[in-house]
Amino acid sequence: MPALPLDEAGKYVAAAYLVFLALVLAYVAIMAIRLSRVARDVQEISELVEAREA
Amino acid sequence: MFFYAPLEIDQGFVQKIFYVHVPLAIVALVGFVVGGIYAIRFLRSGDRAHDLRSYVAIHMSLIFGVGALLTGSIWARASWGHWWLWDEPTLVSFLIVFLLYACYQPLRFSIEDPERQSRYAAVFAVVGGAFVPLNFMAVRAAQSNIHPRTLSASDNLPGPIALTFLLCIVAMGLLFITLCKYELAAKNTRMQLRSLKRRLSGEAPLQRGRSAAPQEL
Repeated sequence: MPALPLDEAGKYVAAAYLVFLALVLAYVAIMAIRLSRVARDVQEISELVEAREA
Repeated sequence: MFFYAPLEIDQGFVQKIFYVHVPLAIVALVGFVVGGIYAIRFLRSGDRAHDLRSYVAIHMSLIFGVGALLTGSIWARASWGHWWLWDEPTLVSFLIVFLLYACYQPLRFSIEDPERQSRYAAVFAVVGGAFVPLNFMAVRAAQSNIHPRTLSASDNLPGPIALTFLLCIVAMGLLFITLCKYELAAKNTRMQLRSLKRRLSGEAPLQRGRSAAPQEL
């Protein structure tokens, strides 16, 4: 196939880079949700420790 | 890659996908091999930290593999007019490797006993890790229809394109390592927290989580 014109090719290039960006962002978002779970666990542990000390 | 690397004569602007697609594929394949190497270390030492590293490397490689398949498909559509070609050895072999490793997590999920789970998963990772370079060599030996060979002796990438490509591989490798370290740190922290919570609340039995990842270090 002959090389696509810039306006046509631009859509494909943008789509490919957006897919990559979306994957990284989705991963970071999932890790952020997990981090919030860790923060909740830390909170629970602090409450348990406080209850023991009281 | 958009400003320094020149436009390729044959493909024009579409060739810019090369700088994300090929590094994603290479890093994913290397990640599978790294997962196999950590699996060997786990089988030799019994250290569950290696099992966790093997799991994380394969998990991350699968994500990178999804990226390589999607970006490759977009590039194929732009260059060849098809989203996928079943008679192209490079594409099909990568899909086979990807699907092989897609079975890794269901395998872990299907085994209840953590010891057996780790051992079987390690054997799977070693066999899969050995399959990747063999598969790579087989594809090299096969006749390619239209998919270009990137890392071959006859490949003459012009200087600026080669330099940009190398930088992209290094950057993708660093992203892979960073995300693996992030995931490892997160998993280790969650395990320690769970263990602390159990000790503090006086609970003895370990609750199996939703993840197929190794549960205890």
